[in-house]
Amino acid sequence: MNVWQFIVQNHVEVAELTLEHVWLVGLSMVFAVIVGIPLGVAITRWPSLNKPVLGSANVIQTIPSLALFGFLLPAPWIGARADRLAILALTLYALLPLIRNTYAGIKGVDPAVVEAGRGMGLTDRQLLFQVELPLALGVIIAGIRVATVLLIGLTTIAAAIGAGGLGEYIFRGLAMVNNAVILAGAIPAAALALLADVGLGWLERRLSPHAA
Amino acid sequence: MESSPNNRPAIEFRRVSFRPNGTGDIVQDLNLQIRRGETLVLLGRSGSGKTTTLKLINHLLAPTTGEILVDGRPIREWDIIRLRRMIGYVIQEIGLFPHFTIERNIGLVPRIENWAEDRIRKRVEELLNLVGLDPQIASRYPHELSGGQRQRVGVARALAADPPILLMDEPFGALDPLTRAELQREFLQLQTRLQKTVVFVTHDLHEAVILGTRIALMEAGQMVTLQTRDEFLTSREPLVMAYKDAFDTNLKNTRERA
Repeated sequence: MNVWQFIVQNHVEVAELTLEHVWLVGLSMVFAVIVGIPLGVAITRWPSLNKPVLGSANVIQTIPSLALFGFLLPAPWIGARADRLAILALTLYALLPLIRNTYAGIKGVDPAVVEAGRGMGLTDRQLLFQVELPLALGVIIAGIRVATVLLIGLTTIAAAIGAGGLGEYIFRGLAMVNNAVILAGAIPAAALALLADVGLGWLERRLSPHAA
Repeated sequence: MESSPNNRPAIEFRRVSFRPNGTGDIVQDLNLQIRRGETLVLLGRSGSGKTTTLKLINHLLAPTTGEILVDGRPIREWDIIRLRRMIGYVIQEIGLFPHFTIERNIGLVPRIENWAEDRIRKRVEELLNLVGLDPQIASRYPHELSGGQRQRVGVARALAADPPILLMDEPFGALDPLTRAELQREFLQLQTRLQKTVVFVTHDLHEAVILGTRIALMEAGQMVTLQTRDEFLTSREPLVMAYKDAFDTNLKNTRERA
């Protein structure tokens, strides 16, 4: 049986696992955006936080994903359910690109524009929301795009701890030594990643401010 | 006399020094009174401390020692945001917000000051006319304008909430000579009508004598002289002479070569 026949025969399950995959990635990205963007803004305001914050996010990123899932297993409440655990780990992985791009985006705003705004009497809040964040939006979306594509790949590994998603097929296929089953997980995951990349890339271009 | 509001200087520097940590003095022991309605030019070469002096007035920089008074009140007693909103600020790089239309750029301070929308619209139109631009461009974005048009918008934006004080940091420095002369002429006409207190930074001697009612020559963080335009033109002070010579020699050399 080739992979297409497998997918057609199991289309309900493929759809379910794909949805589960999207849900894991989506929820993790929501949490990562809620945490990462404010952190990225914070380190532009308090430069002394810059190294510890970016350093920690960097360290998290270097931990192999399977090990991170394992580390979090004993955590209370979180460790009790595989999906919670997966979402926490995935959120942590997504932080680095979000923090880094928010920081770089704001720092990349033309200093003359920021100075003019400050000189005209904008409060820090007005400067942030009316000038810096809108002008950094393209770069921030680029960070969201990188993080999303990264998470779609990483989420396949979350199946190893029973969190579900398309990784189920990959691990099942590996155990059965069946390429068709592996590909039934890998192909939809790759398609999701491509779709996210193209969609967010389009958004990034749409929302990037006009070049001066 | 000190207490009479009309004789009170608009801006006053009292023994002001600015010395960011570790480095030497960028501005050293500056004493200066800027009168209401005058155009005071801070003239000097790069690194002489003129831009720093300007930024001390709207508190983009804080003095290390000494005191600056605006309208007779020390800056530290001012609400800094309020202070900045009554001081128009024009810089060489202009700093228009690239994601805002011209209308929103000019209307920014009125808008955050909660003016009514139709009052803002009228004011923007009035200002575009004032700086010699077609009000039609209000809906355009900065990148669609020429350098000269952008700088005019920069001036209009600084004037939006009708601030009594205007700080201008080499506002015409990046323009071609013709546009530059045009904007200088327009500035003079504008200033005759508006009578703002203007502090104008430039390194260009010609610009200084065209625009300034008084000229302060700065060198290495210190104010070397402070003279009216006429005094300055006839001054025999060594540093003033040196500055004038440099410009004259340039001019002469160019003539000889021609």
